[in-house]
Amino acid sequence: MAAYTLPDRLGHFGPYGGRFVAETLVTALEELDQAYALARKDPEFLAELHSELKQFVGRPNPLFHAERISRELGGAQIYLKREDLNHTGAHKINNAVGQVLLARRMGKRRIIAETGAGQHGVATATVATRNGMECVVYMGEEDIQRQSINVFRMKLLGARVEAVSSGTRTLKDALNEAMRDWVTNVEDTFYVIGTAAGPHPYPVMVRDFQRVIGEEARAQCLELTGRLPDCCIACVGGGSNAMGLFYPFIEDEGVRLIGVEAGGLGLASGQHAAPLSAGRPGVLHGNRTYLMEDEDGQILATHSISAGLDYPGVGPEHAYLKDIGRAEYVAATDVEALAAFHRLSRTEGIIPALESAHALAYVFQLAPSMRPEQTIVVNLSGRGDKDIHTVAAREGIRL
Amino acid sequence: MSRLTGLFADLGKQGRAALIPFVTAGDPSLAVMVPLLHALVAAGADAIELGVPFSDPMADGPTIQRASERALARGVKMRMALEWVREFRVHNQHTPIILMGYLNPVEAMGAEPFALAAKDAGVDGVILVDLPPEEGIDYAELLKNHRIDPIFLLAPTSGAERVAAVKAIGSGFVYYVSLRGITGAAQADWQEVLARVANLRQTLAMPVAIGFGVRDAETVALVAPGADAVVVGSALVERLSACTSDAEVLAAAQAFMAPLAKAIAAPKGASA
Repeated sequence: MAAYTLPDRLGHFGPYGGRFVAETLVTALEELDQAYALARKDPEFLAELHSELKQFVGRPNPLFHAERISRELGGAQIYLKREDLNHTGAHKINNAVGQVLLARRMGKRRIIAETGAGQHGVATATVATRNGMECVVYMGEEDIQRQSINVFRMKLLGARVEAVSSGTRTLKDALNEAMRDWVTNVEDTFYVIGTAAGPHPYPVMVRDFQRVIGEEARAQCLELTGRLPDCCIACVGGGSNAMGLFYPFIEDEGVRLIGVEAGGLGLASGQHAAPLSAGRPGVLHGNRTYLMEDEDGQILATHSISAGLDYPGVGPEHAYLKDIGRAEYVAATDVEALAAFHRLSRTEGIIPALESAHALAYVFQLAPSMRPEQTIVVNLSGRGDKDIHTVAAREGIRL
Repeated sequence: MSRLTGLFADLGKQGRAALIPFVTAGDPSLAVMVPLLHALVAAGADAIELGVPFSDPMADGPTIQRASERALARGVKMRMALEWVREFRVHNQHTPIILMGYLNPVEAMGAEPFALAAKDAGVDGVILVDLPPEEGIDYAELLKNHRIDPIFLLAPTSGAERVAAVKAIGSGFVYYVSLRGITGAAQADWQEVLARVANLRQTLAMPVAIGFGVRDAETVALVAPGADAVVVGSALVERLSACTSDAEVLAAAQAFMAPLAKAIAAPKGASA
């Protein structure tokens, strides 16, 4: 394909993206946009970012050839990009490091974030405390109950966790509340958004801080197999781990890019979190993108076994890649993700996050239809320790 | 001439600002909506902002969030809000009605069908909180083509370029958000607000309304002399939501509005 240069100056990916926010925030977003444009070209900023990713996060992480499961499936070779080995256990920290360094550079003293499963909250609290900054994390009451361990982790790291009781009391409402905080405290506060969505420049900024996943994977794949992968697969909630993996491959036309959404109880049930598979375009949280909404434009409650995918929107770049046909989007159900969770644990000795298990579920379907000399790179975006209570409860086991 | 333009011309002659109450469509009850709109007018409203509820009201404080949630739980939809405006228009042809809400319910209906339906119902202006001017050029043109005023917001943080953008595509009036925060939030610095509004009225050559954070008659008396309109939202919504019957709602609306109407009718400068 031709050189891929999106987004445009105002953050549009074709008809998607943009900056749909209350006037009070526009100036803050413009200021952020300018600060980021300078930082991304500043050798000193990039050197510090690189050093933090190496020394604090533990990058580069391996691209691991999952031989046992590849053999068992009898098709394509499966390679796992081990984001689960990062400090704090998921890809989220790549972006948290980038944004908090930017916040410090901008002279902000207070960090706020939203979180669903708690992974982004933990990552942000971690990096904020490392930089000596105050941190407030907004989290839906519902999620606080589901993810009590991560709530405690954030508190151990010195963050204040604010319970959000409005709306569906989940991730989308936490995002609303974080925005409200930002509008009120915009002078000294930096809002670290955790996914590749939200108003411009967040989608492009988060993609840039996550693209290290795909850059490493691309080089590692070439090194290990002598060629590019046939297929890159990642789970998609807001879509930051998928965007990070996909972006460096966009111009490699021969590489299929597949995003796996949360199919919940099945797309037909309506109880899912798969806007690209079963939603339609609209405007939420500052950007135009695919949404789960009713016929009156009200945002629907979503369902997924994985709190990190339980979000009614998706990053605008995914919406665009879907429309132009560069990436494909499918869904895996709760049951399929759980089966994949167990299968990887038992075969490769790696307990994946339930989010990542959605990507694995589709990999396990697809791999047998491919040839053994073909390769699939799958983003193992996080580790599953945080999910053991969810899995145990679901299976009637008391811990 | 649009109803809004007519209103501001009339009030200009009287030398006073417009009093604009905000209520959420469908709260505190469905049945009370049309009588409530009439009661607000009878109690001194010069125009009314009718909030269209949205599931994710990012710019609203707890009071209006809860009102939106209650309205949605009662099944309120954009079409119902428009139907209430139409019913209101049967007995009131002069009071401007401004719809205020978020973009997605409009997008879900389709911009053109929305504009047609809103005009047909008797809507005079539309404020979409999450549609800043750079994303709103096409919307503004479409609304104007249907003789509806596209009303944009300006904030303490808005620079000269943004003021110029609003001047270029907005009409009816400009809504000045008096504080760095959400609806119903605490204390603005009113002297700072008044200085900025004085400056904006000159630059924009359009009426300027002050809203967000105006809660009582004292504040109305303080800011009205320096503005073309004053919007009171959260304090009214809060008052109405505490009522237990529709009759009580109408009485509370009257009681809430009376001192504000008195404060706004005072001749300019009298508040000092």
